[in-house]
Amino acid sequence: MNAIALSNWDLVLAALLILINGALSIALSLGLERQLLISTIRMIVQLTLVGLVLTTLFSHVSPLWTGLAALAMIAFAGREVTARQERRLAGGWSYGLGTGCMLFAAGVVTIFALSTQVSPDPWYHPRYAIPLLGMVLGNTMTGVSLGLHTLTSTLTRERAAVEARLMLGANRHEALLPVTRTAMKAAMMPIINSMAAIGLVALPGMMTGQILAGADPAEAVKYQILVMFLIAGGTSIGATGVVLAGGRRLTDARHRLRLDRLQAGKAA
Amino acid sequence: MLSVRRLRRPDLLEASLTLAEGECLAIRGASGSGKSLLLRAIADLDPNEGEITLDGVHREAIPAPDWRRQVCYLPAEAGWWADELGAHFGDWERASVFFRRLGLEDARQDWPIARLSTGERQRFALSRALAINPRVLLLDEPTSGLDQAAITAVEDLIAECRETGTGVIWVTHDPVQAERVADRWLYLENGRLREALPFPRETLTCEPEAPLSDDPTAISGKAVQ
Repeated sequence: MNAIALSNWDLVLAALLILINGALSIALSLGLERQLLISTIRMIVQLTLVGLVLTTLFSHVSPLWTGLAALAMIAFAGREVTARQERRLAGGWSYGLGTGCMLFAAGVVTIFALSTQVSPDPWYHPRYAIPLLGMVLGNTMTGVSLGLHTLTSTLTRERAAVEARLMLGANRHEALLPVTRTAMKAAMMPIINSMAAIGLVALPGMMTGQILAGADPAEAVKYQILVMFLIAGGTSIGATGVVLAGGRRLTDARHRLRLDRLQAGKAA
Repeated sequence: MLSVRRLRRPDLLEASLTLAEGECLAIRGASGSGKSLLLRAIADLDPNEGEITLDGVHREAIPAPDWRRQVCYLPAEAGWWADELGAHFGDWERASVFFRRLGLEDARQDWPIARLSTGERQRFALSRALAINPRVLLLDEPTSGLDQAAITAVEDLIAECRETGTGVIWVTHDPVQAERVADRWLYLENGRLREALPFPRETLTCEPEAPLSDDPTAISGKAVQ
Protein backbone atom coordinates (compact mmCIF):
# COMPACT_ATOMS: atom_id res chain seq x y z
CA MET A 1 0.00 0.00 0.00
CA ASN A 2 1.30 3.44 -0.85
CA ALA A 3 -0.45 6.18 1.07
CA ILE A 4 0.53 9.77 0.30
CA ALA A 5 1.98 11.16 3.54
CA LEU A 6 0.75 14.56 4.72
CA SER A 7 3.08 17.29 5.91
CA ASN A 8 2.18 19.57 8.84
CA TRP A 9 1.78 22.44 6.38
CA ASP A 10 -0.93 20.52 4.56
CA LEU A 11 -2.90 20.43 7.82
CA VAL A 12 -2.37 24.11 8.56
CA LEU A 13 -3.72 24.91 5.12
CA ALA A 14 -6.80 22.77 5.74
CA ALA A 15 -7.30 24.43 9.12
CA LEU A 16 -8.00 27.65 7.21
CA LEU A 17 -11.47 26.24 6.53
CA ILE A 18 -12.20 26.24 10.27
CA LEU A 19 -10.87 29.78 10.54
CA ILE A 20 -13.28 30.87 7.82
CA ASN A 21 -16.09 29.21 9.75
CA GLY A 22 -15.09 31.08 12.89
CA ALA A 23 -14.89 34.39 11.04
CA LEU A 24 -18.37 33.79 9.60
CA SER A 25 -19.75 33.01 13.03
CA ILE A 26 -18.34 36.29 14.39
CA ALA A 27 -19.46 38.33 11.39
CA LEU A 28 -23.03 37.00 11.55
CA SER A 29 -23.01 36.89 15.38
CA LEU A 30 -24.01 33.24 15.40
CA GLY A 31 -22.22 32.69 18.71
CA LEU A 32 -20.64 29.46 17.52
CA GLU A 33 -16.99 30.53 17.56
CA ARG A 34 -16.30 29.50 21.15
CA GLN A 35 -17.72 26.01 20.77
CA LEU A 36 -16.05 25.68 17.37
CA LEU A 37 -12.68 26.60 18.84
CA ILE A 38 -13.02 24.22 21.77
CA SER A 39 -14.14 21.35 19.55
CA THR A 40 -11.30 21.96 17.09
CA ILE A 41 -8.69 21.96 19.83
CA ARG A 42 -10.25 18.86 21.38
CA MET A 43 -10.20 17.13 17.99
CA ILE A 44 -6.52 17.90 17.42
CA VAL A 45 -5.41 16.96 20.94
CA GLN A 46 -7.53 13.80 21.13
CA LEU A 47 -6.48 12.50 17.72
CA THR A 48 -2.79 13.20 18.37
CA LEU A 49 -3.02 11.37 21.68
CA VAL A 50 -4.83 8.46 20.05
CA GLY A 51 -2.07 8.30 17.43
CA LEU A 52 0.52 8.04 20.20
CA VAL A 53 -1.52 5.50 22.13
CA LEU A 54 -2.12 3.34 19.06
CA THR A 55 1.58 3.42 18.11
CA THR A 56 2.47 2.26 21.61
CA LEU A 57 -0.28 -0.38 21.67
CA PHE A 58 0.80 -1.79 18.31
CA SER A 59 4.39 -2.12 19.44
CA HIS A 60 3.37 -4.23 22.47
CA VAL A 61 0.61 -6.61 21.41
CA SER A 62 -0.68 -7.08 24.95
CA PRO A 63 -4.20 -8.31 25.83
CA LEU A 64 -4.05 -6.33 29.08
CA TRP A 65 -3.23 -2.98 27.50
CA THR A 66 -5.58 -3.52 24.58
CA GLY A 67 -8.36 -4.36 27.03
CA LEU A 68 -7.63 -1.31 29.15
CA ALA A 69 -7.67 0.93 26.08
CA ALA A 70 -11.03 -0.56 25.06
CA LEU A 71 -12.46 0.04 28.55
CA ALA A 72 -11.20 3.62 28.54
CA MET A 73 -12.91 4.23 25.19
CA ILE A 74 -16.18 2.84 26.55
CA ALA A 75 -15.89 4.94 29.71
CA PHE A 76 -15.44 8.09 27.60
CA ALA A 77 -18.38 7.09 25.43
CA GLY A 78 -20.46 6.77 28.60
CA ARG A 79 -19.51 10.30 29.60
CA GLU A 80 -20.46 11.53 26.16
CA VAL A 81 -23.87 9.80 26.36
CA THR A 82 -24.51 11.40 29.77
CA ALA A 83 -23.49 14.84 28.52
CA ARG A 84 -26.02 14.61 25.69
CA GLN A 85 -28.95 14.03 28.05
CA GLU A 86 -31.24 16.94 28.70
CA ARG A 87 -32.82 15.08 31.62
CA ARG A 88 -30.60 12.66 33.42
CA LEU A 89 -31.60 9.75 35.55
CA ALA A 90 -30.81 10.68 39.13
CA GLY A 91 -28.02 8.97 41.01
CA GLY A 92 -25.67 8.34 38.09
CA TRP A 93 -28.08 5.94 36.40
CA SER A 94 -27.70 7.64 33.01
CA TYR A 95 -23.96 7.01 33.04
CA GLY A 96 -24.37 3.53 34.45
CA LEU A 97 -27.04 2.37 32.02
CA GLY A 98 -25.43 4.05 29.01
CA THR A 99 -21.98 2.66 29.72
CA GLY A 100 -23.28 -0.78 30.63
CA CYS A 101 -25.31 -1.09 27.44
CA MET A 102 -22.42 0.12 25.29
CA LEU A 103 -19.97 -2.20 27.02
CA PHE A 104 -22.24 -5.13 26.33
CA ALA A 105 -23.27 -4.20 22.77
CA ALA A 106 -19.93 -3.00 21.42
CA GLY A 107 -18.07 -5.73 23.30
CA VAL A 108 -20.21 -8.58 21.97
CA VAL A 109 -20.16 -7.28 18.40
CA THR A 110 -16.42 -6.56 18.32
CA ILE A 111 -15.47 -9.90 19.83
CA PHE A 112 -17.85 -11.63 17.41
CA ALA A 113 -16.13 -9.94 14.45
CA LEU A 114 -12.64 -10.62 15.80
CA SER A 115 -13.32 -14.25 16.49
CA THR A 116 -15.06 -15.03 13.18
CA GLN A 117 -14.86 -12.69 10.17
CA VAL A 118 -11.67 -10.73 10.77
CA SER A 119 -9.80 -13.22 13.00
CA PRO A 120 -6.34 -11.71 13.27
CA ASP A 121 -3.60 -13.56 15.11
CA PRO A 122 -3.74 -13.11 18.08
CA TRP A 123 -7.49 -12.27 18.05
CA TYR A 124 -6.99 -9.30 20.39
CA HIS A 125 -4.35 -7.69 18.13
CA PRO A 126 -4.89 -3.95 18.75
CA ARG A 127 -4.43 -3.09 15.04
CA TYR A 128 -7.81 -4.77 14.43
CA ALA A 129 -9.50 -4.72 17.82
CA ILE A 130 -9.22 -1.00 18.54
CA PRO A 131 -10.37 0.39 15.15
CA LEU A 132 -13.26 -2.11 14.97
CA LEU A 133 -14.36 -1.26 18.51
CA GLY A 134 -13.99 2.44 17.70
CA MET A 135 -16.30 2.24 14.70
CA VAL A 136 -18.89 0.09 16.46
CA LEU A 137 -18.72 2.14 19.66
CA GLY A 138 -19.02 5.51 17.90
CA ASN A 139 -22.29 4.50 16.29
CA THR A 140 -23.59 2.56 19.27
CA MET A 141 -23.00 5.67 21.35
CA THR A 142 -25.18 7.73 19.02
CA GLY A 143 -27.94 5.13 19.22
CA VAL A 144 -27.74 4.76 22.98
CA SER A 145 -27.71 8.48 23.66
CA LEU A 146 -30.56 9.19 21.21
CA GLY A 147 -32.59 6.33 22.62
CA LEU A 148 -32.18 7.40 26.22
CA HIS A 149 -32.71 11.07 25.42
CA THR A 150 -35.88 10.37 23.45
CA LEU A 151 -37.15 8.04 26.17
CA THR A 152 -36.78 10.58 28.96
CA SER A 153 -38.01 13.60 27.01
CA THR A 154 -40.99 11.76 25.49
CA LEU A 155 -41.96 10.31 28.87
CA THR A 156 -41.84 13.77 30.40
CA ARG A 157 -43.94 15.22 27.61
CA GLU A 158 -46.36 12.29 27.40
CA ARG A 159 -46.70 11.80 31.13
CA ALA A 160 -50.48 12.31 31.09
CA ALA A 161 -50.93 9.82 28.25
CA VAL A 162 -48.79 7.15 29.91
CA GLU A 163 -50.49 7.63 33.27
CA ALA A 164 -53.91 7.53 31.61
CA ARG A 165 -53.14 3.98 30.53
CA LEU A 166 -51.87 3.07 33.99
CA MET A 167 -55.03 4.50 35.57
CA LEU A 168 -57.11 2.23 33.36
CA GLY A 169 -55.21 -0.84 34.50
CA ALA A 170 -52.42 -1.18 31.95
CA ASN A 171 -49.15 -2.60 33.23
CA ARG A 172 -45.99 -0.55 32.87
CA HIS A 173 -44.89 -2.36 29.73
CA GLU A 174 -48.18 -1.67 27.94
CA ALA A 175 -48.33 1.92 29.17
CA LEU A 176 -44.80 2.68 28.02
CA LEU A 177 -45.01 0.89 24.67
CA PRO A 178 -45.73 3.94 22.44
CA VAL A 179 -42.87 5.82 24.13
CA THR A 180 -40.54 2.81 23.87
CA ARG A 181 -41.35 2.63 20.17
CA THR A 182 -40.62 6.33 19.64
CA ALA A 183 -37.31 6.04 21.48
CA MET A 184 -36.23 2.94 19.53
CA LYS A 185 -37.13 4.63 16.24
CA ALA A 186 -35.07 7.69 17.15
CA ALA A 187 -32.13 5.49 18.14
CA MET A 188 -32.19 3.37 15.00
CA MET A 189 -32.99 6.09 12.43
CA PRO A 190 -29.38 7.30 11.93
CA ILE A 191 -28.02 3.84 11.12
CA ILE A 192 -31.03 2.93 8.96
CA ASN A 193 -30.72 6.20 7.04
CA SER A 194 -26.99 5.86 6.66
CA MET A 195 -27.30 2.30 5.31
CA ALA A 196 -29.85 3.59 2.79
CA ALA A 197 -27.72 6.51 1.65
CA ILE A 198 -24.30 4.90 1.85
CA GLY A 199 -22.36 4.77 -1.40
CA LEU A 200 -24.82 7.06 -3.18
CA VAL A 201 -24.66 10.15 -1.04
CA ALA A 202 -21.82 9.45 1.36
CA LEU A 203 -18.69 7.41 0.96
CA PRO A 204 -17.93 6.02 4.39
CA GLY A 205 -14.72 7.06 6.10
CA MET A 206 -13.33 3.60 6.64
CA MET A 207 -13.74 2.56 3.02
CA THR A 208 -12.33 5.80 1.62
CA GLY A 209 -9.50 5.48 4.12
CA GLN A 210 -8.60 2.05 2.80
CA ILE A 211 -8.87 3.27 -0.80
CA LEU A 212 -6.69 6.32 -0.06
CA ALA A 213 -4.20 3.94 1.54
CA GLY A 214 -4.05 2.02 -1.74
CA ALA A 215 -6.43 -0.91 -1.12
CA ASP A 216 -8.46 -2.50 -3.91
CA PRO A 217 -11.94 -0.81 -3.90
CA ALA A 218 -13.76 -4.16 -4.11
CA GLU A 219 -11.95 -5.38 -0.98
CA ALA A 220 -12.58 -2.05 0.76
CA VAL A 221 -16.29 -2.36 -0.07
CA LYS A 222 -16.48 -5.83 1.45
CA TYR A 223 -14.90 -4.52 4.61
CA GLN A 224 -17.34 -1.63 4.69
CA ILE A 225 -20.33 -3.95 4.35
CA LEU A 226 -19.03 -6.02 7.25
CA VAL A 227 -18.56 -2.86 9.31
CA MET A 228 -22.09 -1.66 8.53
CA PHE A 229 -23.50 -4.97 9.77
CA LEU A 230 -21.44 -4.70 12.93
CA ILE A 231 -22.54 -1.10 13.50
CA ALA A 232 -26.20 -1.92 12.93
CA GLY A 233 -25.93 -4.88 15.29
CA GLY A 234 -24.15 -2.91 18.00
CA THR A 235 -26.54 0.03 17.74
CA SER A 236 -29.65 -2.10 17.98
CA ILE A 237 -28.37 -4.17 20.91
CA GLY A 238 -27.20 -1.06 22.78
CA ALA A 239 -30.32 1.00 22.06
CA THR A 240 -32.74 -1.82 22.92
CA GLY A 241 -30.89 -2.38 26.16
CA VAL A 242 -30.82 1.23 27.23
CA VAL A 243 -34.44 1.99 26.24
CA LEU A 244 -35.82 -1.07 28.03
CA ALA A 245 -33.62 -0.62 31.09
CA GLY A 246 -34.35 3.13 31.17
CA GLY A 247 -38.08 2.43 30.95
CA ARG A 248 -37.79 -0.02 33.82
CA ARG A 249 -35.86 2.48 35.90
CA LEU A 250 -38.51 5.16 35.30
CA THR A 251 -41.30 2.89 36.50
CA ASP A 252 -41.48 0.69 39.57
CA ALA A 253 -42.77 -2.67 40.68
CA ARG A 254 -46.18 -1.15 41.51
CA HIS A 255 -46.39 0.00 37.86
CA ARG A 256 -46.07 3.68 38.65
CA LEU A 257 -44.42 6.22 36.41
CA ARG A 258 -41.43 7.50 38.39
CA LEU A 259 -40.37 10.76 36.77
CA ASP A 260 -39.05 11.77 40.20
CA ARG A 261 -36.08 9.59 39.27
CA LEU A 262 -35.12 12.17 36.65
CA GLN A 263 -33.08 15.21 37.47
CA ALA A 264 -33.03 18.28 35.29
CA GLY A 265 -29.58 18.47 33.77
CA LYS A 266 -27.98 20.91 31.41
CA ALA A 267 -28.57 20.56 27.71
CA ALA A 268 -25.46 19.40 25.92
CA MET B 1 -65.68 -1.24 51.27
CA LEU B 2 -62.66 1.01 50.84
CA SER B 3 -60.63 1.81 53.91
CA VAL B 4 -57.70 4.20 53.92
CA ARG B 5 -55.73 4.36 57.14
CA ARG B 6 -52.87 6.78 57.63
CA LEU B 7 -52.15 7.24 53.95
CA ARG B 8 -48.93 9.23 53.94
CA ARG B 9 -46.68 11.12 51.61
CA PRO B 10 -44.00 12.79 53.74
CA ASP B 11 -44.54 16.56 54.08
CA LEU B 12 -47.47 16.45 51.67
CA LEU B 13 -50.25 14.30 52.91
CA GLU B 14 -51.59 12.28 55.77
CA ALA B 15 -55.14 11.07 55.54
CA SER B 16 -57.56 8.41 56.73
CA LEU B 17 -61.03 7.75 55.45
CA THR B 18 -63.54 5.01 54.82
CA LEU B 19 -66.00 4.60 52.02
CA ALA B 20 -69.00 2.30 52.07
CA GLU B 21 -70.52 0.57 49.07
CA GLY B 22 -72.55 3.02 47.02
CA GLU B 23 -71.45 5.91 49.15
CA CYS B 24 -70.28 9.28 47.84
CA LEU B 25 -67.73 11.25 49.76
CA ALA B 26 -67.06 14.82 48.67
CA ILE B 27 -63.66 16.36 49.28
CA ARG B 28 -63.15 20.08 49.07
CA GLY B 29 -60.10 22.18 49.68
CA ALA B 30 -58.19 25.12 48.31
CA SER B 31 -56.03 24.74 45.22
CA GLY B 32 -52.76 23.13 46.20
CA SER B 33 -54.12 21.54 49.35
CA GLY B 34 -53.37 18.09 47.97
CA LYS B 35 -56.73 16.87 46.68
CA SER B 36 -55.28 15.39 43.51
CA LEU B 37 -52.30 14.02 45.46
CA LEU B 38 -54.71 12.24 47.78
CA LEU B 39 -56.63 10.61 44.93
CA ARG B 40 -53.41 9.70 43.11
CA ALA B 41 -52.04 8.13 46.27
CA ILE B 42 -55.19 6.05 46.80
CA ALA B 43 -54.91 4.84 43.19
CA ASP B 44 -51.24 4.07 43.94
CA LEU B 45 -49.92 6.30 41.18
CA ASP B 46 -47.26 7.89 43.39
CA PRO B 47 -45.12 6.28 46.07
CA ASN B 48 -47.01 6.41 49.37
CA GLU B 49 -47.42 4.55 52.62
CA GLY B 50 -50.42 3.50 54.60
CA GLU B 51 -52.89 0.74 55.12
CA ILE B 52 -55.37 0.72 52.28
CA THR B 53 -57.84 -2.09 51.85
CA LEU B 54 -60.67 -2.89 49.47
CA ASP B 55 -63.20 -5.31 50.97
CA GLY B 56 -60.59 -6.14 53.59
CA VAL B 57 -57.89 -7.08 51.06
CA HIS B 58 -54.68 -5.10 51.37
CA ARG B 59 -53.70 -3.04 48.37
CA GLU B 60 -50.23 -4.58 48.34
CA ALA B 61 -51.78 -8.01 47.90
CA ILE B 62 -53.39 -6.92 44.64
CA PRO B 63 -51.26 -6.32 41.51
CA ALA B 64 -51.19 -2.58 40.82
CA PRO B 65 -52.96 -2.78 37.41
CA ASP B 66 -55.83 -4.78 38.99
CA TRP B 67 -56.03 -2.34 41.87
CA ARG B 68 -56.35 0.61 39.48
CA ARG B 69 -59.07 -1.15 37.51
CA GLN B 70 -61.04 -1.52 40.75
CA VAL B 71 -60.14 1.84 42.27
CA CYS B 72 -60.14 4.03 39.20
CA TYR B 73 -58.84 7.58 39.27
CA LEU B 74 -60.23 10.08 36.79
CA PRO B 75 -57.98 13.16 36.69
CA ALA B 76 -59.29 16.63 35.94
CA GLU B 77 -57.45 16.57 32.65
CA ALA B 78 -57.26 13.04 31.35
CA GLY B 79 -54.48 11.87 29.06
CA TRP B 80 -54.91 10.51 25.55
CA TRP B 81 -52.32 8.18 24.07
CA ALA B 82 -53.54 7.89 20.49
CA ASP B 83 -54.64 10.42 17.86
CA GLU B 84 -58.09 8.97 17.33
CA LEU B 85 -60.87 8.56 19.86
CA GLY B 86 -61.62 4.89 19.15
CA ALA B 87 -58.16 3.67 20.16
CA HIS B 88 -58.81 4.72 23.76
CA PHE B 89 -61.71 2.34 24.29
CA GLY B 90 -61.21 -1.38 24.65
CA ASP B 91 -64.87 -2.00 24.00
CA TRP B 92 -66.49 0.79 22.00
CA GLU B 93 -69.98 -0.71 22.19
CA ARG B 94 -69.83 -0.87 25.95
CA ALA B 95 -68.59 2.72 26.21
CA SER B 96 -71.33 3.87 23.81
CA VAL B 97 -73.89 3.21 26.51
CA PHE B 98 -72.25 5.99 28.52
CA PHE B 99 -71.82 8.24 25.47
CA ARG B 100 -75.58 8.23 25.01
CA ARG B 101 -76.15 9.17 28.64
CA LEU B 102 -73.68 12.04 28.43
CA GLY B 103 -74.89 13.66 25.22
CA LEU B 104 -72.11 12.16 23.10
CA GLU B 105 -74.27 9.83 21.02
CA ASP B 106 -72.79 11.14 17.74
CA ALA B 107 -69.28 9.98 18.73
CA ARG B 108 -67.28 8.19 16.04
CA GLN B 109 -64.15 6.16 16.47
CA ASP B 110 -62.17 8.19 13.93
CA TRP B 111 -62.70 11.50 15.72
CA PRO B 112 -59.32 13.14 16.29
CA ILE B 113 -58.63 13.81 19.96
CA ALA B 114 -57.09 17.18 19.09
CA ARG B 115 -60.44 18.48 17.87
CA LEU B 116 -62.47 17.57 20.94
CA SER B 117 -63.48 20.36 23.32
CA THR B 118 -62.47 20.28 26.99
CA GLY B 119 -65.99 19.31 27.97
CA GLU B 120 -66.14 16.50 25.42
CA ARG B 121 -62.80 15.13 26.54
CA GLN B 122 -63.99 15.18 30.12
CA ARG B 123 -67.10 13.18 29.30
CA PHE B 124 -65.21 10.74 27.06
CA ALA B 125 -62.68 10.22 29.84
CA LEU B 126 -65.51 9.53 32.30
CA SER B 127 -67.03 7.02 29.87
CA ARG B 128 -63.64 5.38 29.44
CA ALA B 129 -63.30 4.99 33.21
CA LEU B 130 -66.88 3.75 33.70
CA ALA B 131 -66.43 1.22 30.90
CA ILE B 132 -63.89 -0.74 32.94
CA ASN B 133 -66.51 -1.02 35.70
CA PRO B 134 -64.51 0.03 38.79
CA ARG B 135 -65.70 -0.65 42.35
CA VAL B 136 -64.53 2.78 43.48
CA LEU B 137 -64.40 5.94 41.38
CA LEU B 138 -61.98 8.70 42.34
CA LEU B 139 -63.32 11.75 40.52
CA ASP B 140 -61.19 14.88 40.32
CA GLU B 141 -63.36 17.84 39.34
CA PRO B 142 -65.30 15.73 36.83
CA THR B 143 -67.62 18.56 35.78
CA SER B 144 -65.32 21.58 35.82
CA GLY B 145 -65.55 22.22 32.07
CA LEU B 146 -69.21 21.36 31.55
CA ASP B 147 -72.42 23.31 31.03
CA GLN B 148 -75.41 22.84 33.34
CA ALA B 149 -77.10 20.19 31.20
CA ALA B 150 -73.94 18.12 31.00
CA ILE B 151 -73.27 18.52 34.72
CA THR B 152 -76.73 17.15 35.46
CA ALA B 153 -76.14 14.26 33.05
CA VAL B 154 -72.84 13.39 34.76
CA GLU B 155 -74.33 13.63 38.24
CA ASP B 156 -77.28 11.44 37.26
CA LEU B 157 -75.00 8.84 35.71
CA ILE B 158 -72.76 8.72 38.79
CA ALA B 159 -75.81 8.45 41.02
CA GLU B 160 -76.91 5.43 38.99
CA CYS B 161 -73.49 3.81 39.35
CA ARG B 162 -73.78 4.28 43.10
CA GLU B 163 -77.04 2.38 43.10
CA THR B 164 -75.16 -0.66 41.81
CA GLY B 165 -72.65 -0.35 44.66
CA THR B 166 -69.88 1.79 43.19
CA GLY B 167 -68.27 3.98 45.84
CA VAL B 168 -67.35 7.50 44.82
CA ILE B 169 -64.83 10.00 46.15
CA TRP B 170 -65.67 13.26 44.47
CA VAL B 171 -63.30 16.22 44.57
CA THR B 172 -65.09 19.47 43.82
CA HIS B 173 -64.67 23.17 44.42
CA ASP B 174 -68.37 23.80 44.37
CA PRO B 175 -70.03 23.49 47.83
CA VAL B 176 -73.45 23.38 46.23
CA GLN B 177 -72.45 20.44 44.08
CA ALA B 178 -70.79 18.77 47.06
CA GLU B 179 -74.02 19.11 49.03
CA ARG B 180 -76.03 17.77 46.09
CA VAL B 181 -74.00 14.68 45.22
CA ALA B 182 -72.40 13.46 48.43
CA ASP B 183 -73.42 11.69 51.63
CA ARG B 184 -70.46 12.96 53.60
CA TRP B 185 -68.02 15.82 53.24
CA LEU B 186 -64.39 16.28 54.09
CA TYR B 187 -62.19 19.30 53.82
CA LEU B 188 -58.53 18.98 52.91
CA GLU B 189 -56.14 21.56 54.25
CA ASN B 190 -52.35 21.30 54.05
CA GLY B 191 -52.61 17.62 53.31
CA ARG B 192 -54.85 16.90 56.34
CA LEU B 193 -58.51 15.90 56.18
CA ARG B 194 -61.15 17.24 58.51
CA GLU B 195 -64.90 17.17 58.71
CA ALA B 196 -66.65 19.96 56.89
CA LEU B 197 -70.33 20.40 56.32
CA PRO B 198 -71.23 22.40 53.25
CA PHE B 199 -74.52 22.94 55.05
CA PRO B 200 -75.51 21.48 58.44
CA ARG B 201 -77.04 18.07 58.17
CA GLU B 202 -78.45 15.88 60.89
CA THR B 203 -78.04 12.60 59.09
CA LEU B 204 -74.27 12.87 59.16
CA THR B 205 -72.56 10.89 61.84
CA CYS B 206 -68.99 11.45 62.56
CA GLU B 207 -66.85 10.39 65.40
CA PRO B 208 -63.22 11.21 65.89
CA GLU B 209 -60.78 8.37 65.64
CA ALA B 210 -57.28 8.44 67.01
CA PRO B 211 -55.53 11.66 66.02
CA LEU B 212 -53.54 11.18 62.85
CA SER B 213 -50.54 13.12 64.00
CA ASP B 214 -49.72 16.20 65.98
CA ASP B 215 -52.68 17.88 64.32
CA PRO B 216 -55.59 17.41 66.74
CA THR B 217 -58.14 18.84 64.32
CA ALA B 218 -57.49 16.15 61.75
CA ILE B 219 -60.21 13.56 62.20
CA SER B 220 -61.84 11.21 59.82
CA GLY B 221 -65.47 10.48 59.11
CA LYS B 222 -66.98 7.12 59.81
CA ALA B 223 -69.07 5.56 57.14
CA VAL B 224 -72.78 5.25 57.61
CA GLN B 225 -73.03 1.52 57.08
